[in-house]
Amino acid sequence: MEEKHGKGPRYGMVIDLDKCTGCGTCMIACAAENNVTVRPDESDKQRNVAWMQLYKITNGKPFPETEVSYFPRPCMQCEHHTPCVSVCPATATRMDPNTGIVSQIYTRCIGCRYCMAACPYHARSFNWWDTYFPKGKGLDRYLSPEVSPRMRGVVEKCTFCHHRLMRAKTQAYAEGRRELEEGEYITACAEACPVQAITFGDLNNPNHKVSKLAKSPRAFRLLERLGTEPKVYYLSSKEWVRRMADNYLPEELEPVTKVKTG
Amino acid sequence: MDSVLIPEGVKRCSPGKFFLWTLPWLALLGWGLVSAFLCLYKGLNQTNMTNYFAFALWIVFDLSVIALGAGAFFTGFLTYLIGKKELKDIINAAVIIGFICYSGAVAMLGIDIGQPLRGWFIFWHANVHSMLTEVSFCITAYLGVLLIEYLPIILENRKIEEVKELRLFGHNLHEIMAVFAGTGTFLSFFHQGSLGGLFGVMYARPFAARGGFYIWPWTFFLFVLSAIAAGPSFTILCTKLAEKITRKRLVPDQAFQLLAKISGWLLALYMVLKIADTIAWVQGIVPKAGLTFMDFYREGPYGVWLVIAEIGIFGIIPAIILLIPKARKTEGWLIAGCLMNCTGIVLNRFVFTVVTLAIPVMPFDRFVSYLPTWQEWGISLAVIGYGFLLFSFSYRYLPVFPKEKELNTA
Repeated sequence: MEEKHGKGPRYGMVIDLDKCTGCGTCMIACAAENNVTVRPDESDKQRNVAWMQLYKITNGKPFPETEVSYFPRPCMQCEHHTPCVSVCPATATRMDPNTGIVSQIYTRCIGCRYCMAACPYHARSFNWWDTYFPKGKGLDRYLSPEVSPRMRGVVEKCTFCHHRLMRAKTQAYAEGRRELEEGEYITACAEACPVQAITFGDLNNPNHKVSKLAKSPRAFRLLERLGTEPKVYYLSSKEWVRRMADNYLPEELEPVTKVKTG
Repeated sequence: MDSVLIPEGVKRCSPGKFFLWTLPWLALLGWGLVSAFLCLYKGLNQTNMTNYFAFALWIVFDLSVIALGAGAFFTGFLTYLIGKKELKDIINAAVIIGFICYSGAVAMLGIDIGQPLRGWFIFWHANVHSMLTEVSFCITAYLGVLLIEYLPIILENRKIEEVKELRLFGHNLHEIMAVFAGTGTFLSFFHQGSLGGLFGVMYARPFAARGGFYIWPWTFFLFVLSAIAAGPSFTILCTKLAEKITRKRLVPDQAFQLLAKISGWLLALYMVLKIADTIAWVQGIVPKAGLTFMDFYREGPYGVWLVIAEIGIFGIIPAIILLIPKARKTEGWLIAGCLMNCTGIVLNRFVFTVVTLAIPVMPFDRFVSYLPTWQEWGISLAVIGYGFLLFSFSYRYLPVFPKEKELNTA
């Protein structure tokens, strides 16, 4: 798989769908880590805030051939002409050239939602309501002082737990180091996943596990042919799962990649 | 009671009748103000917009009124820069309609953004690569130009004209109107275009994405062309409506005919390019994204009928009607042609705004539907109420139609 990531560290993620059980821990860990607001009734999934979203997909075959897989979807941190970054009129979202992480400046966002329209992954959520952390249920005590809560009327999204990078860098500088060791900075979802389906690290560092996994014949990216160059990779040994990650013309029915299972 | 304010030599209805006429439009405006208050106070949860439908009814309305309001800059361009003298009889109406459309759109955008108090960040933290930045800069500047163009019409009010300084100022503004017509044309070209560019640059949304020339996607040029094709038609429609309501002739027929002819030719040219663009899109961007044309037209109510309606029924047919001199000289056909032309452009803006967002890009994503709330309708329809009010007041107290006296002397 050809990579076009820039120079310097390029933080990325590999999610092994063969391992993912769809438990949703990544979503919960993400929400708790990043002060993601909730609503008294969270059933409206079109208007809730979710940095990590879990999709359930099936091969569409009847029983007993039915197969199910889960697609955890954080922000893809697109490397090439990041669709949301180029459209934002107020420069409220940008890709850090030093890390490849796409940030969101909440206090600058005017809430025009053009970035949401431009993102094909639905990775961005709008704050339709005021931030709400119900008191008396313990949620307010979980709030992290490292992540600024968002106000009504702005867009937010996964930042690859950017505050954890800041924390790891501060620690490294205090110890007189310029470089981060592998595993020093990982996202909350990667840390919380009970089956270790999520691997996080520097895609440009050949020694990092994430860069090796990204080159696996099982690896693919979501909507890769659009050319957004996501820094989130998926692994699956199932042909139908890989096929679900992109659109294909009827004549393109041959296997996307040849895969050795196991 | 208000006869001293009414232009000399023309007849207007009684103040009581005029008051009754304004009531339904005031009611629409009131509905909009209540909706706006709710949206500002409680937030955009008052709408049915979702994370899927980040743009919805308001953006469709915005894009539509801005396209239809293009009659102002284009008529100004034809009158002052090309020298089409017969259009001087309709230019005031075109300017007022344009002002209504643009000021209405800007007011709606003020509600539509999640943080209205930060609207100025677009200018302060401008991202020069964003089409929306270009739109914002040009629309704001052009609204200023429209105000300057509207001002001399206001200063021609009988009472205001009695003040020598204001009269002289108004007349001097008239003298240099070509400068503002030129500025308006320049600004309008860019914001009409960048409104189209807004969608064309979304390369990760294959339904809207287009190739283009340098930094401008083809939608940039198509939006300019469709706006100047529909704008004059909308000016004709509004003026004809004013004639029907007032039961008077307000503009000589030759002005209507010239605008209709230009509208027809531009629509025909737009149709040729739109069809070419659609074919190129079907052959290029769509298969490159791994999709077929029909993949876009099988979700919910958005079938191929949209293409047939937009290009065929409300595109090619009105172009033919407006291009046949005999047809456009018949009032019924002229109105039908203009109405269909405007409908086609509104449909185009709807397709680019709503259908683009409705079609899922990820194969496992699902189609979700959207219907506006009464608050969304309220704010949208308030623009119509505001438009009727401003036009009615302008018509009553300002010499909007220079030939009105002459055409109604019998």
